[in-house]
Amino acid sequence: MELVVSLAIGVLAGSGVWLLLRPRTFQLIVGLALLSYAVNLFIFSTGGLRSGAAAILSPGETGTLGAYADPLPQALVLTAIVIGFATTALLLVVLLAARGLTGTDHVDGRERER
Amino acid sequence: MQHLVVAPIVVPMIAGAAMILAGDRRRRLTAAIGLLSTLTLVVLATILIGIADGPAVHVYRLGNWPSLFGIVLVLDRLSAVMLALAALLGFAAFLFSMGRWERAGVHFHPLFQFQLMGLNGAFLTGDLFNLFVFFEVMLAASYGMALHGSGVARVRAGMHYIVVNLVASLLFLVGVSVVYGVAGTLNMAELAHRMRGVTPHDRGLLETGLAVLGIAFLVKAAMWPLGFWLPPTYAAATTPAAAILSILSKVGIYAVLRVWLLLFGAAAGPSAGFGEAWLLIGGLLTIAFGSIAVLATQNLPRLAGASVMISSGTLLAAIGAGQAAVTGGALLYLVSSVLSIGAFFLLIELVERGREVGADVLAVSREAFGAGEEEEEIDEQEVVGVAIPGTVAILGFAFMACAVLLAGLPPLSGFLAKFAILSTLLASGGTGVPATSWVLMAALILSGFATVVAMLRTGIDVFWASPATRAPRIGLIEILPVAMLLLLCVALTVGAGPAMAYLQSAAERLHIPADYLQGVVSTPAGGPGR
Repeated sequence: MELVVSLAIGVLAGSGVWLLLRPRTFQLIVGLALLSYAVNLFIFSTGGLRSGAAAILSPGETGTLGAYADPLPQALVLTAIVIGFATTALLLVVLLAARGLTGTDHVDGRERER
Repeated sequence: MQHLVVAPIVVPMIAGAAMILAGDRRRRLTAAIGLLSTLTLVVLATILIGIADGPAVHVYRLGNWPSLFGIVLVLDRLSAVMLALAALLGFAAFLFSMGRWERAGVHFHPLFQFQLMGLNGAFLTGDLFNLFVFFEVMLAASYGMALHGSGVARVRAGMHYIVVNLVASLLFLVGVSVVYGVAGTLNMAELAHRMRGVTPHDRGLLETGLAVLGIAFLVKAAMWPLGFWLPPTYAAATTPAAAILSILSKVGIYAVLRVWLLLFGAAAGPSAGFGEAWLLIGGLLTIAFGSIAVLATQNLPRLAGASVMISSGTLLAAIGAGQAAVTGGALLYLVSSVLSIGAFFLLIELVERGREVGADVLAVSREAFGAGEEEEEIDEQEVVGVAIPGTVAILGFAFMACAVLLAGLPPLSGFLAKFAILSTLLASGGTGVPATSWVLMAALILSGFATVVAMLRTGIDVFWASPATRAPRIGLIEILPVAMLLLLCVALTVGAGPAMAYLQSAAERLHIPADYLQGVVSTPAGGPGR
């Protein structure tokens, strides 16, 4: 499972960085979205990867990290998703405004002179 | 009394929410709420500065959870000083915006309040992830502030600003999660305790995580080469927005001061001093870049942006010097430069108002090509009769004060701060001054010189030589905040003794954070906070 998750994070981050370096605003926003998925998965994986383990302790039991999933990264990733979602939505509005005001979807607001 | 610590976050939050409920149309009501909130923040910050001046740090446990399980807010001298700076600058920018800028777009006042809330939260929190959350609150509001008033230039610069900061936020998250994965805590004080016990096997990973975190902070602080977003954004933003944005770069500096000195200070065991050289060299390069930018620039807003970079670079290099006494001087420099740069940003718009569009570019090209020489031959009678209007004289005086403060010339506080840094660098140890200190001293003096040259050139051009100068129409409410910020700098100069003593003890506690560590980790649960 570790291999699959790390490959997924790597592929997402790689594609995200590549798209981020492209000159069009649409590529930029998709790149940022992919990159934030990669980061969210990464945060999630720092708690250790295990399947079928509960995050909440049962009463009268002492939890060990061997048997329970660490709940903190899950809380962190939830916050990160919400914040990332909101800021990406905001960026989308700015991109549309830039397209309307400058008449181009180049990130610098003007086409490169040839 | 104990709940005062959380008040700087709660007050602007409630004010901002109330403004949204009241609606953007009811200008008088929103303005009254804003005035009430910013004034309350100034009063609160003054009280908190008094409270923080004691041996123990004040810990506020949110929800009254013990500090390892819940999130804590920590008030010490440094956070109190930063809160006061944010409150004063916020008050000045708020007054200025009442002139006319609040009407340049929608929802200026709520965004302004949330901006203050994010700033105050970032200064108070004692938890790394909570720092991220407050950074995002602050940034989300600042995106709105940077775009306030719309227009092509603002949207273009604002988009770069947003994208750079979104990437920095992602780096912040990566850093935070690596730190959590290795150390198992995000509480800064507990993390500092655990730093010593990390196995050599894991230490590299932990340091990598903290370095990634550091990059995120340094993007905010605009260290070269991470700070190219700063001058265009600040130059394009509306005036009050630019003034309040100018403290945002200092949040990055604050985070470096807090986290780096706590985790990699002298007491940190094998990791002590990690990345020190990077801060020093990066700071020096930022000073160099800022100085060249100051000399190269042709318009006032960009000049102000370049001065922000010089001040960031100076602070980073002084922190990188790694001595408590130098950090004390750097804190005085921080206070002085935040106030003077804020005043400068507000002043620029008043000065520019009296000039024709493109007058600055015209003046420089006239200088370069020697054109228009014949026009100078005006009849002597007329030359004698040219009087400088009263408003322009006041503006010119304020401009001069800003130049003196930014360049660090005597007699104002900018000089005292630079002198405090320089003299401690010279006095360090009996074994001779290290080469890096000489480089830092040279950089400080040369950057001051570059600022003097640039400000003189612009000042002559704007106030004396420019044929386009008319007396601008300026309201009292617009010149008042500028005067207030400059008078605060004068007050800082007069009261430099007590201020320096306060900041010096803040710096000592940053370098030897025993009080902080003890205060946060061993605070018992229960008590009056419940």
